[in-house]
Amino acid sequence: MTFMAKPKVRHPSLPKNSLGLTRRDYEGSMSTLCAGCGHDSITAAIIESCWGLALEPQNVVKLSGIGCSSKTTAYFVGGGHGFNSVHGRMPSIAMGANAANRDLTYIGVSGDGDTLSIGLGQFCHAIRRNLNMLYIIENNGVYGLTKGQFSASADVGTQAKKGEVNRQPPIDPVLLAMTLGAPFVARSFSGDKEQLVPLIQAGMRHRGFAIIDVLSPCVTFNDHEGSTKSYAYTREHYDAAVNADFIPFAREITADYSAGESLPVVLHDGSRIVLKKIAPGYDPTDRIAAMAQIQAGMQKQEFLTGMLYLGRGDREFHDLNDMPQRALNSIPYEQLTPGSRAMDKILARFR
Amino acid sequence: MEPTNTGHPDYFHKVVDCQWACPAHTDVPEYIRLIAQGRFTDAYMVNRHSNVFPGILGRVCDRPCEPACRRGRIEDKPVAICRLKRVAADHRDDVVSLLPKTPKRKNGKRIACIGAGCASLTVANDLLPLGYEITMFEQWGQAGGLMRTNIPSFRLPAEVLDEEIALIVDRGVDLRLGARIDSMQNLLDEGYDAVFVGTGAPKGKELDLPGRRAGAANIHIGIDWLESIAFGHIESIGRRVLIIGVGNTAMDCCRSALRLGATDVKVMARKPRQYFKASEWELEDAEEERVAIVINHSPKRFVIENGKLTGMAFDVLEYDLDAGGRITGERVLREEFVAADDVILAIGQENAFPWIESGLGIEFDKWHVPTVDLKTFQSTRPGVFFGGDSAFGPKNIIWAVEHGHQAAISIHNHCQGKSVADRLAPGVNLHSRKMGMHEWSYANDYNPAERRLMPHVSLKERFKKIDIEVELGFTVEQVAAEVQRCLNCDVQTVFSAKLCIECDACIDICPVDCLTMTPNGTEAELRGRLKAPAANLTQALYVSEPLKFTQRVMVKDEDLCVHCGLCAERCPTAAWDMQKSTILWPQAVDEAEADHKALARTA
Repeated sequence: MTFMAKPKVRHPSLPKNSLGLTRRDYEGSMSTLCAGCGHDSITAAIIESCWGLALEPQNVVKLSGIGCSSKTTAYFVGGGHGFNSVHGRMPSIAMGANAANRDLTYIGVSGDGDTLSIGLGQFCHAIRRNLNMLYIIENNGVYGLTKGQFSASADVGTQAKKGEVNRQPPIDPVLLAMTLGAPFVARSFSGDKEQLVPLIQAGMRHRGFAIIDVLSPCVTFNDHEGSTKSYAYTREHYDAAVNADFIPFAREITADYSAGESLPVVLHDGSRIVLKKIAPGYDPTDRIAAMAQIQAGMQKQEFLTGMLYLGRGDREFHDLNDMPQRALNSIPYEQLTPGSRAMDKILARFR
Repeated sequence: MEPTNTGHPDYFHKVVDCQWACPAHTDVPEYIRLIAQGRFTDAYMVNRHSNVFPGILGRVCDRPCEPACRRGRIEDKPVAICRLKRVAADHRDDVVSLLPKTPKRKNGKRIACIGAGCASLTVANDLLPLGYEITMFEQWGQAGGLMRTNIPSFRLPAEVLDEEIALIVDRGVDLRLGARIDSMQNLLDEGYDAVFVGTGAPKGKELDLPGRRAGAANIHIGIDWLESIAFGHIESIGRRVLIIGVGNTAMDCCRSALRLGATDVKVMARKPRQYFKASEWELEDAEEERVAIVINHSPKRFVIENGKLTGMAFDVLEYDLDAGGRITGERVLREEFVAADDVILAIGQENAFPWIESGLGIEFDKWHVPTVDLKTFQSTRPGVFFGGDSAFGPKNIIWAVEHGHQAAISIHNHCQGKSVADRLAPGVNLHSRKMGMHEWSYANDYNPAERRLMPHVSLKERFKKIDIEVELGFTVEQVAAEVQRCLNCDVQTVFSAKLCIECDACIDICPVDCLTMTPNGTEAELRGRLKAPAANLTQALYVSEPLKFTQRVMVKDEDLCVHCGLCAERCPTAAWDMQKSTILWPQAVDEAEADHKALARTA
């Protein structure tokens, strides 16, 4: 970490988005993570994405649990709403906030410990409910804050810094999310912003639960030889299966996507995700086949990355529960709370 | 692109924009840091090593460094480099004991310097410690050359001049005042081992228009007029004064006129403001004193009535400009008469050598400018050297100083029987500024302070005497703020590709987006696809060796780096380091040392 804050000075020709803001306006407070932490790169990718989508900072909600990853919500969109929840309980807070105000953009940032160990149940149920949010897992395979014990995503055979070998099989968040029916599942790498930024933008614009598992090396406890989550190992073993281009609603498609391996998918707000298949035979719209291919890759120590699965037409939490179209917090109190007499009537039906 | 060769002495030198722009290559960031620490004497000595006259230049330098200053590209205003130099000079202790000693035993070589201006003085400064005997001839009764005769004392007090000249002359120069050289032939006959001509550009240009002769009593050549003021021969001027020309001499003339009693002073310019030769700050200082600057007036004739000058007639012009601001056409709109009691001509000056006989082997071109080698400053006659304005026409003090340094090297080589063209190459040293955890031995935090304004003597006070220095110098508080504006461009970002793990930390933290990791390409193409486009083609791209995982390259656009060191601070593997570059710009003493070493090796 450093004690030196990034100065406010900026490149004079930094481009501005439609709100007149530069990328620098989407920054947060100074990161206190280790120098070289993958999480800081993901923070930069989120900043770039929010700027590119011209999100109004006051309409962004940043949620997190506990862990190195969960600190990062303080480092982007300083003008947004932030909530740091109890360990592993971020989905519950997101649930409640989203129920009350469906009009905001929800970004949850969690780690492999927060999501796959203590928060595994919460994670699964958020997917079941198809909560409309972007859930980013900053996945480094270790508990960084407690000095590098294996987490639930550590691969069999990977070594800790002092040489212990992990014997327990990992939980793969991508396969888990696909099993549970998540409509938007992606994997990426903190060191590849060209792939990551469009995925984050698409995930924020996508309606329903979007999960991106981002391999994010822990430079202090998990960046050595023998680790399967180091910068070197990840660079060698990650393979893009399908890359995505995100095209906001207002912008024209300028690139040539006519080739047979590109597939444009229109989102509910009119923006488009153009899927560019890279791995031969990989179909990101066929869940069963995709899961088989991901698993086959993992057996060969290859992590397929990119837009791994994109379902269509799923109903998100508000649709599933016949919620009003308006945000609950904009509905007058009398209408929202019919009063004790109405409550008595409802209760009487169960007597 | 090929990986950048940072071992080349010019690469990091160019990154230090001020030092690269300074003809004498003064280590500006180093002396500003010393001022910040209150080490004024040390700051003065760093300056003096390169520019010899910090006190003088801190007041009147043409400051090529400031337009080059990186700060000026990040904000509007560059660091007040020049006036910080004055701070070092004003607050220093006695430096006599710190200057190189003149050896008692001479080396047997006698050098004649003609003119006691900045170029000759620099030659003496460099050669005295090596044992040369310097004889300096000056036509006037005081040394200083054009610094004394052409720069008014309200800008450059005589005491400052005297003091810095004494630092050289008192170390053993045989200074012959009032000794005008009228014949080069005679001087050469005296058998000097080398002759240095530093006679400046003492001839003001004439404006030969109708009425020039009839009105001669009230028409003055600018630099001659300034000279007469400097030596106390002129003490008054008419109430209404016109200055013809709009260079820096014109600015000195108009402000001097105000101090000799003029109340209505107009500077008459032929062209619009963007074509003015005067430095922007000198124009500002003149306008602060309510001098009117009149544009688009072309002098036509001097108007004489009853044998006396009453004013001048001008053609009022109108210009056609193209999109790039170039003049494509001009028209005369009308004639206009402007009344005046005196007219001062400040339209340029040139060097003049009526005293150099033909047949000596010293060649001149068709404009009577001597043929002088651009590097060695040697004329076509071996052993005769030119420097300062006398070599290539009027420039300014800081150029003359560098000419002096270079000529001193040539004179040394010539006297030691070496080829004058065979000179030491510049070098560069790099030293890490890392102190410990999160600690760098320079103030790396970017300070958003704005440029401090130089306080001036009030308009009421300053005209009371000709020699009241207008600029008061920075206050302590101003100095403290201004030094922190320096970006420490000499503390270089040095990259080692083999250590990089491509984690992106430096790229994410860089406040000015000057770093990119990307597949390599041609320069033109790379410049377009960096994180922020590298539009300033005068600033280099720093390209690394291929990175080990992806074979991409790290590219740094040097243009707007604020040298905050956050890339190095954030780098987990110390692939980035902050290293102070010290530019080794050889002087005569370095040549002499190299000679000694070579001698020791052969012995």
